[in-house]
Amino acid sequence: MSEKSEKSEKSEKFERLSVLKTYKLYVGGKFPRSESGRVYEVADSKGNWLANAPQSSRKDARDAVVAARKAFGGWSGATAYNRGQILYRIAEMLEGRKDQFVREVGDAEGLSKAKAAAVVDAAIDRWVWYAGWTDKIAQVVGGGNPVAGPFFNLSSPEPTGVVVVLAPQDSSFLGLVSVIAPVIATGNTAVVIASEKSPLPALSLGEILATSDLPGGVVNVLSGRTTEIAAPLAAHQDVNAIDLAGADEVLAKELEIAAADNLKRVLRPQPVDYSATPGTERLTAFLETKTVWHPTGSLGASGSSY
Amino acid sequence: MAFEYAPAPESRAVVDIAPSYGLFIDGEFAEAADGKVFKTVSPSTEEVLSEVAQAGEADVDRAVRAARKAFEKWSALPGSERAKYLFRIARIIQERSRELAVLETLDNGKPIKETRDADLPLVAAHFFYYAGWADKLGHAGFGSDPRPLGVAGQVIPWNFPLLMLAWKIAPALATGNTVVLKPAETTPLSALFFADICRQAGLPKGVVNILPGYGDAGAALVAHPDVNKVAFTGSTAVGKEIARTVAGTRKKLTLELGGKGANVVFDDAPVDQAVEGIVTGIFFNQGQVCCAGSRLLVQESIQDELLESLKRRLSTLRLGDPLDKNTDIGAINSAEQLARITALAEQGEAEGAERWSPACELPSSGYWFAPTLFTNVTQAHTIARDEIFGPVLSVLTFRTPEEAVAKANNTQYGLSAGIWTEKGSRILAVANKLRAGVVWSNTFNKFDPTSPFGGYKESGFGREGGRHGLEAYLDV
Repeated sequence: MSEKSEKSEKSEKFERLSVLKTYKLYVGGKFPRSESGRVYEVADSKGNWLANAPQSSRKDARDAVVAARKAFGGWSGATAYNRGQILYRIAEMLEGRKDQFVREVGDAEGLSKAKAAAVVDAAIDRWVWYAGWTDKIAQVVGGGNPVAGPFFNLSSPEPTGVVVVLAPQDSSFLGLVSVIAPVIATGNTAVVIASEKSPLPALSLGEILATSDLPGGVVNVLSGRTTEIAAPLAAHQDVNAIDLAGADEVLAKELEIAAADNLKRVLRPQPVDYSATPGTERLTAFLETKTVWHPTGSLGASGSSY
Repeated sequence: MAFEYAPAPESRAVVDIAPSYGLFIDGEFAEAADGKVFKTVSPSTEEVLSEVAQAGEADVDRAVRAARKAFEKWSALPGSERAKYLFRIARIIQERSRELAVLETLDNGKPIKETRDADLPLVAAHFFYYAGWADKLGHAGFGSDPRPLGVAGQVIPWNFPLLMLAWKIAPALATGNTVVLKPAETTPLSALFFADICRQAGLPKGVVNILPGYGDAGAALVAHPDVNKVAFTGSTAVGKEIARTVAGTRKKLTLELGGKGANVVFDDAPVDQAVEGIVTGIFFNQGQVCCAGSRLLVQESIQDELLESLKRRLSTLRLGDPLDKNTDIGAINSAEQLARITALAEQGEAEGAERWSPACELPSSGYWFAPTLFTNVTQAHTIARDEIFGPVLSVLTFRTPEEAVAKANNTQYGLSAGIWTEKGSRILAVANKLRAGVVWSNTFNKFDPTSPFGGYKESGFGREGGRHGLEAYLDV
């Protein structure tokens, strides 16, 4: 009897089945599935199934632009200090969920745990780097101009608007952060197309952004076929700029031609070492310069004119 | 009521226009490869001023090769030496400024008052300003030793022929690039005189090449595979075409395109000053200005008072001989442009806006258009949306600052805007919300080489002028 009962207890011991996450898009601060109902299989570097990711449609892309446009006024109007605090908050949130990202990045890019950890650390530090830039870039690239006349004349950088970002295809997390952070640091809002084969770190980043006080719609993350999503976005009349980091040569040319229809600002793809400290190029690529004049009044021969 | 003035013409004798001009390639004037020429006329009289060689694809290729050849030595010169060439050019422009002003007025049709007091002083100042940058590039915030791009292909419009040349060539040379520049087909002469100034300054051959010609030459220049940088000022439609052409290449692109600037007048604005600003905003250079304040947004409560003052002021504007020193409104640059302005004004009437012009006698020859004002204009009207590029002002009204901002920004363009109010916080708040590259508050149409200029949205991208203007010509 006793032998038997031991046996039955043993047979009931099993490895706990983990709870899998349904990966979803991040649009307007919410986590929708693709309106198309489509998903595609995402595998790790060895071909093992990881998840089904939403395969975004043209409609999802348009919804994301609407969300990004809606968020632009508030985000670009927020103080630079406030934006800096929120970017720093993103780093804090990531730090707390580091293990998850180390696992996801390791799976996505086929990295050892140590190497994946180094990548995630660098990505967190990148948020901190850009958090510090929010209230400094205006002094670096703007300023007063000594015009030859009695005028106050000030040039200030302003965000260009809604920026579509094709995230790098290979660097699924550090590269991703390196292209999103500079766009939003200056007050732009973003529609991000995640790495096609490794979208999971990007989709998980949405969960971080959602809990970092970042207003909904400032960053919108889409996964799916890059060419399918990018084409309508490059041609979209309410998009102001496009970062082609994740496009190959053929796609980049195609998208740049489409972008000319409303003269989007285009950042062409170029080789980037994402592990190195970035310069200011990605910040300034999506900035406009506004110059404001006003008479100062002058003391002329006839006396005061102010 | 206009005062009667005796004619006060500026002397034409100060400028000697040759019967024909060649292309300026590699330091020499030369005929076009296919021998083509075109005539340039004075828009105020339709008199033929000269016959000019018309560049084609083969000439573009030759000029780009000359510029490429010159690039190696020019870019290797110490910045301080490049600076001295530019300082020389600035000085020679100052010396010859009356000659150039008269020439520009003849070829373009704009009043001598403007070429003499605005265009030419700004041209010289622009070269003087960028000359000083040539040996200080390491301090401009683009790294310690920023490199030039190579050969710059530049295409400029006819509204400020020499000033647009200065905006293009001065920063390009200061940063160590060499240039091939195509002036507009209706205004090639001042650029050819500039070629002579390069000769006087001893500028090494091939550093500046000037190719008069039409759109096909511009297109060939933009598409040339050995051009590293494209800079264009002109229409938004052509700008888009250029953006498509350079897509997929490594060519760096800056575009300065059209505009539909809003001049916003609040109820507390000093009316007389605002009226002067409105007049400057839309009638300077016959309104053929990309940053013109072509939409007047006036607060409803002061509309009647303001329009009355404005109409009274417009009645005193003098239209006629551009060489007359008292002339306020000169000729429209070409028959083609006149036709476009005429058609758009007619469309304004057809769509229901109310048209008004002061009593104004137009000369019998040449291309002329009376200062024109449209009231009862809505945002849907073509004249409120399309760039007219002529002396035509569309008047719209608003009630609240929010409405003013919304209407001002309701355009595909974003080049300029004006604000008139005595309230400081309102100026700053509204300036902050306007999506435009240049905001003039309690003034309008002011330019300076130190002040970056350029648009938002479909008015183009990149900035010309100031430290910002260097970036377009550096490999950064």
